[in-house]
Amino acid sequence: MGGKRCFVNSETMIKRSIFSSRTLPYLLILPQIVVTLTFFYWPAVQGLIQSVMRSDPFGQHSTFIWFSNFVTLFTDPLYLKSIGITLFFSMSVATVSISTGLFIATMANRALKAKAVVRTLLIWPYAVAPAISGILWLFLLHPSYGVVALAIKRWFGVDWNPVLRGSDAMFMIIMASAWKQISYNFVFFIAGLQAIPKSLIEAAAIDGASPFRRFWTITVPLLSPTLFFVTVMNIIYSFFETFGVVHMMTQGGPGGATNILVYKVYQDGFIGLNMGGSAAQSIVLMTLIIAVTLFQFKYVEKKVQYAG
Amino acid sequence: MKVRKLLMVIAVAASLVFLAGQVMAEPITINWWHAMKGARGKVVDNMIKAFNDSQSDYVVVGTYKGNYDETVNAGVAAYRAKKQPHLLQSFEVGTQTMMLSGAIYPVYKLMKDEGYNINWKGYLQPVLSYYMNANGDLMSMPFNSSTPVMYYNVDLFKKAGIPMLDKTKPVTWDELGKITAKLVKSGVPGGMVTGWQSWTQVENYSAMHNIAFASKANGYEGLDCELLINNPTVVKHVAMLKEWMKDGRFFYGGQKFAGPKAEFLAQNAGVYIDSISGIAKLKKAVKDFKWDVAPMPVESWMKNPQNSIIGGASLWVFKGHDKKDYKGVAAFMKHLGRQDMQIYWHKETGYFPITLAAYEQLKKDGYYKEQPYQEVGIKQLTRKEPTKVSRGLRLGYFIQIRNIINEELELVWNDTKTPQEAMDDAAKRSNQQLREFEKIYQ
Repeated sequence: MGGKRCFVNSETMIKRSIFSSRTLPYLLILPQIVVTLTFFYWPAVQGLIQSVMRSDPFGQHSTFIWFSNFVTLFTDPLYLKSIGITLFFSMSVATVSISTGLFIATMANRALKAKAVVRTLLIWPYAVAPAISGILWLFLLHPSYGVVALAIKRWFGVDWNPVLRGSDAMFMIIMASAWKQISYNFVFFIAGLQAIPKSLIEAAAIDGASPFRRFWTITVPLLSPTLFFVTVMNIIYSFFETFGVVHMMTQGGPGGATNILVYKVYQDGFIGLNMGGSAAQSIVLMTLIIAVTLFQFKYVEKKVQYAG
Repeated sequence: MKVRKLLMVIAVAASLVFLAGQVMAEPITINWWHAMKGARGKVVDNMIKAFNDSQSDYVVVGTYKGNYDETVNAGVAAYRAKKQPHLLQSFEVGTQTMMLSGAIYPVYKLMKDEGYNINWKGYLQPVLSYYMNANGDLMSMPFNSSTPVMYYNVDLFKKAGIPMLDKTKPVTWDELGKITAKLVKSGVPGGMVTGWQSWTQVENYSAMHNIAFASKANGYEGLDCELLINNPTVVKHVAMLKEWMKDGRFFYGGQKFAGPKAEFLAQNAGVYIDSISGIAKLKKAVKDFKWDVAPMPVESWMKNPQNSIIGGASLWVFKGHDKKDYKGVAAFMKHLGRQDMQIYWHKETGYFPITLAAYEQLKKDGYYKEQPYQEVGIKQLTRKEPTKVSRGLRLGYFIQIRNIINEELELVWNDTKTPQEAMDDAAKRSNQQLREFEKIYQ
């Protein structure tokens, strides 16, 4: 490895170190590359290969069938329905969790007495795993033993039955999935809010701007990088991690009403042992999430203001 | 110098002999991956221990690998990595996949190769027939088997003035309609619930009425089979349940067992259809009412109802181990089939004893006088010799097919489809799965 040369740039007084060796940087990033290749690219390539094969679970009979698995998928009306369900579900989860998170963060950002305690308590739900969140909400909303479900049935006569009715089930998994994400969003929003200079808001207040106007024209634009980041993370969360919630609460039912894409992959691949079909679904899911993220970076990010 | 060399040689030789001795004495390990946890897991451990203590050539190591899906997946992954266990417990719906996998050593062949002459006639035929190929050869060893029965709330029955049900002769569906009507009238929120609706209301319903679930003898005689569940009898049965939903004689509690069981425990339903292996769970959970067990209802035109079919799992032997390992596997299989083991298994878990000898012994011992619940399932299972369409189901992608049937039934229950539409769609969608499956093995 070559020696280290140090010199001082006289104009800016920044000290720079230059390593003359060409191999050293590669060596330094090697561990990262090895990890990425083994745990991300290799499985992805395996999935890609599997998706163009028709094979039995034990890998004894495999035939290359071009894109037949994909054709089967996209000619299946239920798969298209599942895509629709997933989009609706993830939009709803993101909307509910972002708006609630932002609301709570704005409230908690005010001068409260027990600020630290309130904030800590609000962060807690994020530590709950999605599957546990599903179970907790099931204890509230299950039609036969859910406390809230029984209460609203008895006192308000609401005909609540997520075991039978698809829309009720959908509402239930949206609530359970959004709930724990609210905390996550809250953490980022509160950090973002604290970075907004008080002087700007005070100046606007002196000029006579209403609280809502101050929020809309000062806080929201300055918060937009956080908002953008949180949206991306929420969408990814609702696509993948909500698996636990669905698995615990509805298993994709009733009648496939909550069968989101990631759950379908699990059912067809892991439970049903249809390797090719579920690999094709994973590829579609991967493409979809790449598309959503790219779209967000390309179009939404342009509207984001990073400078304060 | 010479002495030293000599000493060295002696030392090396001695250690080699010692090591060889160790290897010779080391018993052969036989791995068994299973899905039995909790109380059942302990029973399994005890059965393994009894085998290990009885001889010194083999040590069976049982490993809990999660639920059925997880255990099967672990087996698949292990086989692909050439690290498969000797024995794998797989659930009944995976039978076709395992059978065609090319990864298994059929049990009948294993036992014959190892010189065991087993009288398969001495086993409960409806249990064996689920795991036989078209020629009647046993592919896997049945392990835990159950069948659906009907539980009912004795207290609610008394309150509604309904006489107790017979433990051998099934009630008819018409009679159950009247019973549930009385229950609802007496103030019970609902009449009947059912767990595992596809298994109890479609698969077992078809078997008990000797109706083909699928063509080609329920798939036993060819991969090119098609589902026949959109036949008038099954559709009529679904339509009847739908009709019952209107006045609360039937209501939907969910696909698996947890929801319906909760309704039965909360006394929201007087009748609850589920697996016989639920006895132990109910004994533990029910505190505030009396309950009893009766056979599954049948249609009034079915004078001599067929056997019901089983659920549960069996043990598959994987290929790719040493010949001497298989000797141990066969010995262990023989051990599991022993009368005392089967009696112990049945008493502790509620799953069927798989040999007739064990059943007869239990009867002689008066076990069923003390535990009348337990016999309801066996009697229902063995009341008639299984026919070609009541012996079991042999379908590829059966898990997906069950899911489809569950989904389509839910669409009937929530008014989205008529029974005929739903059953037609279920058959159509399942047939697509069957065709996909067929292509793999062409």
